[in-house]
Amino acid sequence: MASAATPVNENRPAWLRDNHLFQAWLVLMLAIIFGTCLAAVHINLSDRIAENKLNESLERIPGLIWNEGQGGTSVDIVSGKIVVKKEDRTLYYPVFKVTDEGKLAGWVVKAAGQGYSGSIELLLGLNPAGDIISGLFILEQTETPGLGNKITFPDWLDQFPGQGTKAPLMVVKGGQTPPGAIDAITGATISSKSVVGIVNRAVSETRGLLTPEHIQFVERSQ
Amino acid sequence: MANLPTPLERFVQGILPENPVYRQFLGLCPTLAVTNGLKPALTMALAVGFVLLCANVIISLIRSLLKPHLRIVIFTLTIATFVTIVDRVLAAYMYQMSKTLGPYIPLIIVNCIIICRCEVCASRQSVTAAAADAVGQSIGFGLALVSIAVVREILGTGMLAGYQVLPDAWPDWVIMVLPPGAFLTFGLLMALVNWIDAIRTEKNTGRG
Repeated sequence: MASAATPVNENRPAWLRDNHLFQAWLVLMLAIIFGTCLAAVHINLSDRIAENKLNESLERIPGLIWNEGQGGTSVDIVSGKIVVKKEDRTLYYPVFKVTDEGKLAGWVVKAAGQGYSGSIELLLGLNPAGDIISGLFILEQTETPGLGNKITFPDWLDQFPGQGTKAPLMVVKGGQTPPGAIDAITGATISSKSVVGIVNRAVSETRGLLTPEHIQFVERSQ
Repeated sequence: MANLPTPLERFVQGILPENPVYRQFLGLCPTLAVTNGLKPALTMALAVGFVLLCANVIISLIRSLLKPHLRIVIFTLTIATFVTIVDRVLAAYMYQMSKTLGPYIPLIIVNCIIICRCEVCASRQSVTAAAADAVGQSIGFGLALVSIAVVREILGTGMLAGYQVLPDAWPDWVIMVLPPGAFLTFGLLMALVNWIDAIRTEKNTGRG
């Protein structure tokens, strides 16, 4: 069956037959067709996927402000973004303002950065004044399973709540953690340092900006 | 052409006689990685089934246009397209499952079952045979994943698809849901399949 197409090629001039682009016409055509299909799929689904991601963040937020079991009675979360102006560029931090019965309960900042084997995205909970960390959750990471992915484990993340943000957090090895220090995961020092680095950068870049005047709030559709 | 299997033979062969996991040893990465629970295993089997069916049908439709030195490129292109569609659909409609399966959905692109079926069957036979082959192989792959997942989830957590099946007194064998459990279960089930096969061959030759 496959031989049916061969004689057609024999009639073509040699320069055309040997041309690589001509030989690959089917590949190129399929690439265009498939590319169009994927674009259509992406256009149809990307909003929904973004919404799923946002909902996941929203679900996590109360746990980053309050301890488990505690929490407000009528929690309201408003999302927005902090505009951080640097000398040469402008950065945006997605931020969630958490209120309970109309009173400010805390802030949750979404930050990202480079880890050991890919980018790490995390949610950082801060108290209303922004000077104490109230929680940390890793949204996305691709660190080494068994070593680096321990950054998502609660027993490691539990070192963060209660830490002050006046001075950058340090990473120490060997299990001794004075205040202001985070114990590195054995075998995953780089992953540990990456997370602490992302937290420190987010804290220093949003310092003094966690006030309603500096945040562009997103109008909610509902 | 005459000695190629018929669509029905292709379908039946995929399920047990040429089971992709237990007989061809293909697609072992998802087999070991996502079988710590029944739900991810079923999702993976369905995802692979969908990609395999679509890829087989498309390759079979364009089989007369394939050039020998460009066929692998076309197989990969087709497979990658459908895998991306599956990946996006999962992220949109089954977000938690998509996070559980993580990189293993994009990794279907390099799943040897699909490229093997494109090469062995779809690039040589009619659309009917290619589709029957895809369905048969998918059922075979699904059975293999489910057989491993059932053993691992029950022994590892005492539950099946999230429902308690063993009494609470069962000490969960945590190792079964960890990577070593995948190798242990796969090895033991493989031995079982080979043992049954050996007995059957012995009986047949004894009678014959």
